[in-house]
Amino acid sequence: MSAAGLSAADVNAAVPFVPDEGGPAPVRIVVGFGFWIFLISDIVMFSAFFAAYAVLVGNTAGGPSGMQLFDLRNVAVETACLLLSSFSCGLASIGAGARRTGMFQAAMAVTAVLGAAFLTLEIREFGGLVARGAGPGRSAFLSAFFALVGCHGLHVSAGLLWLLTMMAQVWAKGFREDILRRMLCFSLFWHALDIIWVALFTVVYLMGTTP
Amino acid sequence: MSGGDEPVPAGRQQPGDTAPGDQPSEAGTLHGITGYVIGLLLAVGLSAVSFWIGPSHLVWAPSIPVALIVLAIAQMGVHLVFFLHITTGRDNTNNVLALAFGILIVFLVLTGSLWIMANLDRNMRPIDEIMRMQR
Amino acid sequence: MFGKLSWAAVPLDQPLPMMASGAVALAILGVLAWVVVRGHAPYLWREWITSVDHKRIGVMYTLLALVMLLRGFADALMMRSQQALALHSGGYLPPEHYDQVFSAHGTVMIFFVAMPFMIGLMNFVVPLQLGVRDVAFPTLNSVGFWLTATGALLVNISLGIGEFARTGWLPYPPLSELTYSPGVGVDYYCWAVQISGVGTLLSGINLVTTILKVRAPGMTYLRMPMFCWTALASNLLIVAAFPILTATLAMLLLDRYLGFHFFTNEAGGNMMMFMNLIWAWGHPEVYILVLPAFGVFSEVISTFAQKPLFGYRSMVLATMAICVLSFMVWLHHFFTMGAGANVNAVFGIATTVIAVPTGVKIFNWLFTMYGGRLRYDSPMLWAVAFMTTFVVGGMTGVLMAVPPADFVLHNSLFLVAHFHNVIIGGVLFGAFAGYTYWFPKAFGFRLHEGWGKAAFGFWVAGFYTAFMPLYVLGLMGMTRRLQHYDVAAWRPPLLVAAGGAALILIGIGCQIAQLVVSIRGREALRDATGDPWNGRTLEWATASPPPAFNFATLPRVGGTDAHWRAKQQVGNVNPGAGAGGAGAKGEAMEYQDIDMPRNSPTGVVSAFFATVMGFALIWHIWWMAALGFAGAYGTFVIFAWRDRSEDRIPAEEVARLDRTARRGPEMAPDEPARAVRA
Repeated sequence: MSAAGLSAADVNAAVPFVPDEGGPAPVRIVVGFGFWIFLISDIVMFSAFFAAYAVLVGNTAGGPSGMQLFDLRNVAVETACLLLSSFSCGLASIGAGARRTGMFQAAMAVTAVLGAAFLTLEIREFGGLVARGAGPGRSAFLSAFFALVGCHGLHVSAGLLWLLTMMAQVWAKGFREDILRRMLCFSLFWHALDIIWVALFTVVYLMGTTP
Repeated sequence: MSGGDEPVPAGRQQPGDTAPGDQPSEAGTLHGITGYVIGLLLAVGLSAVSFWIGPSHLVWAPSIPVALIVLAIAQMGVHLVFFLHITTGRDNTNNVLALAFGILIVFLVLTGSLWIMANLDRNMRPIDEIMRMQR
Repeated sequence: MFGKLSWAAVPLDQPLPMMASGAVALAILGVLAWVVVRGHAPYLWREWITSVDHKRIGVMYTLLALVMLLRGFADALMMRSQQALALHSGGYLPPEHYDQVFSAHGTVMIFFVAMPFMIGLMNFVVPLQLGVRDVAFPTLNSVGFWLTATGALLVNISLGIGEFARTGWLPYPPLSELTYSPGVGVDYYCWAVQISGVGTLLSGINLVTTILKVRAPGMTYLRMPMFCWTALASNLLIVAAFPILTATLAMLLLDRYLGFHFFTNEAGGNMMMFMNLIWAWGHPEVYILVLPAFGVFSEVISTFAQKPLFGYRSMVLATMAICVLSFMVWLHHFFTMGAGANVNAVFGIATTVIAVPTGVKIFNWLFTMYGGRLRYDSPMLWAVAFMTTFVVGGMTGVLMAVPPADFVLHNSLFLVAHFHNVIIGGVLFGAFAGYTYWFPKAFGFRLHEGWGKAAFGFWVAGFYTAFMPLYVLGLMGMTRRLQHYDVAAWRPPLLVAAGGAALILIGIGCQIAQLVVSIRGREALRDATGDPWNGRTLEWATASPPPAFNFATLPRVGGTDAHWRAKQQVGNVNPGAGAGGAGAKGEAMEYQDIDMPRNSPTGVVSAFFATVMGFALIWHIWWMAALGFAGAYGTFVIFAWRDRSEDRIPAEEVARLDRTARRGPEMAPDEPARAVRA
């Protein structure tokens, strides 16, 4: 019953994916795909926090709920910052692909500023909540909120550190192949963060303030 | 059984597999930017609708969460297609399958957890609440 | 200055942990002294500690697993002896110690024995079977190993400084919350598992990418060895499940450190959500462990039956079905927690369904054996013992999948017997089979077969003697984790179980003896051909041990069992002329320069900082934690800044190494299983 009874053509025809006839894939594909798998795992991690949030959203322990706490204008500005930063990150990718240092560094700088603006607004929001007695220790709902949104914020912070490192590397070493591969991974990461933010603002902020 | 070594071209590069996030064709800069602009405009539009619809009273209330979810999924799709260049082409198959696997797991974790926890909640009410309900 | 850490953390008043940590510390110092004095330190640093070679890393993973097996088994001996003594008595382990013993036993065995053992085998074998030079991300591989070692180190430090968790191997709240576990034990557990969990995730990403994107020319998916398919399924599960563990333990840590209310009694916490999430990881975890073992058995059985694996495609389907289904059954770990009948029924049915693809695999192995020319070297003995033992364990699992039955048996010794049945019968027997099977490939000489058979005999006899009574005890109503009891009828089976543990101890002794004897007598046991078992897959086409680059030229693959095909076609004994190259056809070998990834201290250095950070977080030494984190981050930046990532092995050197390997057959003594096939 082994496949040896069939010819190679039969075996290959039965394979649903692109047959790997040529050996190991090029490094850029290997690296990109590996990082893609990491992103999948990160999305699963976020889903666990989302699940916890969904379960705990009603457990306000007599304290404030999202309706009383969330400022949608602030969230709208944060959304705009992150979305525009995704766009500028895309421009940076194009700049890197075309080996245009000026375009790359400028676009990355804009991305950094927008990302920093997002973080500033979020930290201010958190600080405001804590000052009002609505910190994470107040109720399970607030614990879940701070953990979920905070996890995303930590990822954005890590992304910013990475962004600055990429700018430094390109400035010091130019558009070397391995640096370009890292830029590919960075852009995947940054866009994925925006995708998660879409889920975040929808589920947490918009659904949390629906009358 | 001993069919012999099949003649297979050795050392040939992978025919047309694309790394996730890479644009499949060597498009010019302007073409590349256009894709991102379209994606940005679509995403802005979808976000705007979401923000408008959430607190709105013009739409039948129970449909709002559904609408929000649909809009969110649509926007994630826009990101995937226009920013991450995920296509359904043969060169993207592995990337799409990995994403599908991830989405399946997320779906199982989320729906499973919500169903289980809701069930537990209903069945494990504090005893005085149950007695009050039974009176 | 030092947070909660003080001299009071050392349990000077408790003889057992003091003696144990003292003995371990002496042993470590002794080994270190021997290494340094004999001048082996530079070799160790260069060839092993900073190595990014998947073969070296695989060996180190396995070594870690074997050492930690001794620690976990010591805990088991203590539990068995305590329970044998503790009728109407407190035994010799007070409850607060006994609780730490069973918690450490489970934690060590799952996270630091079973996982590293399987990951080690996969790391060593998969690139060789795929016909390539290394995994996709060699340095990340090293980081993953060293982070796992960090976790193991932290658990062992808890023996002498502080205490371990008393919550069992999964820290259920509210017991694991700060209110009821104010000590450092749960923190030791959480940080050790979190840090090693990162390492495991890195390994998962690495192997998934390798199997999907880095294979020899011509190796399509349906030409991969079965072990690679099960490795793929297992690592996909790692990628999908470990993030849930990370998130859930992070929530517990947030509760404990920052006063969050995920799982607390007050302020709206929902402790049942912990069980839900942790088992959403926990069930895939056991399939992560057993799938590679299934893969080992596929390789071993087809090799020792000298037949191709029966039903290759149904095996692939069954494997991927198990992979997906394993994410749909997790509620069966908490049937009794209060979900309604419909929820319980759905998950109960799903649990029985998942037994079907496993059954398909068992039948395929049986059909592989049927009509084969069977050789019963010890890897095959382990495989046969696995098939009976695992089926028994699987059946008790299906029994408990019926919710009403589970209501009687949940958390009884019946459950304990079931999961040991499947983990020992499946994972551990598979690990031992793989260890014996691939040992000659890794080290160039076989393990002594006599001692191997003795070890096998004592292990199997010991397992049944130790665990069959536990099924009986479960049905008699004895719950798990009892420090003492007063039902006299339970004592006889517990005494028998203790006897079983003693038999296993002898079995382990035989394995240690086997290792010592084999190393001493390695010349007589030398594997000169690279193919001591007359194997079927590509790893047997290399020398034992393979050169750093595995294959001088990547093999061109035309079907499954690539090495076997090549041997048939070539029609002669020279294994080096198998799929590994064209030498036997008389063509001139064209050697080319090979670029191999450079060694890097990134793994061990980042793990050092992770240990510092973990220890500091456990003891609330915040400045030290920040230092550890900064160090780890800095290590990665420095790694990212290097200019050269590969070393070039010139073609002449490749040729020299390859020819040394091929000289094998002329030097080989009579190889009994190496008949010529036309």
